[in-house]
Amino acid sequence: MTESWLTQSGAPQSGAPPSWVDGNELAGALAEVFAVDVTTAQGVCAGCGRMAPVAETRVFDRAPGLVARCVGCSAVLLRVVRGPDRIWLDLRGMACVQIAMPGTGGASPDGPGA
Amino acid sequence: MTVVTRGFKGRGTRDAQLPPGQYLTPDFPVLSAGPTPRIDPTGWEFFIATGSGERRTWSWSQLRALPTETVMVDIHCVTKWSKLGTTWDGVSLDTLLADVEPAGDFALVHSYGGYTTNLPVADLTGGRAWVAFRYAGAELDPEHGGPARLLVPHLYFWKSAKWVRGVELLRQDQPGFWESVGYHNYGDPWREQRYWGD
Ligand SMILES: [Zn+2]
Repeated sequence: MTESWLTQSGAPQSGAPPSWVDGNELAGALAEVFAVDVTTAQGVCAGCGRMAPVAETRVFDRAPGLVARCVGCSAVLLRVVRGPDRIWLDLRGMACVQIAMPGTGGASPDGPGA
Repeated sequence: MTVVTRGFKGRGTRDAQLPPGQYLTPDFPVLSAGPTPRIDPTGWEFFIATGSGERRTWSWSQLRALPTETVMVDIHCVTKWSKLGTTWDGVSLDTLLADVEPAGDFALVHSYGGYTTNLPVADLTGGRAWVAFRYAGAELDPEHGGPARLLVPHLYFWKSAKWVRGVELLRQDQPGFWESVGYHNYGDPWREQRYWGD
C-alpha cells in the first residue's frame, strides 16, 4: 500500500541512519526453514507486482521479528518471528516466489515431454 | 489530572517490579516494523469505528482540546527490555469512548503506515489506555510514534501502537500485525504471554 506521507526511500528525513538493512539479513532465519537459500529467490510483491530478489528487499530488524518490505511500494512481503522453540513465517505479501534450481528438466512451455 | 503510579516504587525494589524474563534498560530502544511515517498534525485524525456503521473522528486540535492526563507507568517490550517510571501525557481512551456504544468486545488498533494490533475493548477502558502525545514532558518524537501513539502499558509494548490512527471495534477478534505471526493474542507480561500458546 503506497501512502502519500511515506518518503520514497523510507529513510528518516532527519539525517539519522536508515532503520532497515538489506534482504541478506534474512538468510540466517530462512536457512532454518528452507533447504535452498531463499535470499537468492525472486519474489513478486502482492501489492504492486514488482519482482525482485529477496536479498534486495528492505528488512526492518529492530522489531519483534524480521519484516521484509517491497522496495517499490513498501508493502510487507514477508514476516519471520523466531521463538525459542518455534519459527513463524508469513508470506502473504508475496504473490509468487521463483527459486532457481539445478537444471534437471521439468515441464517445457509446450507441455510435458514435448 | 490523574497521576498513575501503578507498580512504580522507586529504584530500590526493581526486581520485584520486573515481569518474568525481563531486564531493565535505561535507554528507550526504538523498534519499528517499517519506515517511520512523518505525519503533519494538520492532516492527522484519530477515528473510532463503532462496528455498527458509525465513525467518530477527532482532528489534532480537537484531540488536544480534550482533558489530558499525565501518567507514570512501567513499560515492557516482548524483546525483553523493561523501562520503569516513564511519564506520558495523553487523552484517556475512557474519554474517547465515553459516548461510543461498541458493537462488540474486540478492538483492532490501526496505525499510519499500516500497522495493526488487537486487544479486548475492556483493556482500553478503566484508566488503562491513552492516546499519548508527550513523553517525558516533550512532544513525542516520530521515532517513538509521534505525533501520537497508543499507550497500553499493562500489555507488552507492541500493543502500544506507534503513529496511532484509530480503533476499529469488532464483534469478532481479529489478530493484528504481530499477533498473526506467532506473538500472543493478549500479551500479558506478568504471565509471560510472548508467543502463541504461552
Ligand atoms: Zn510492492
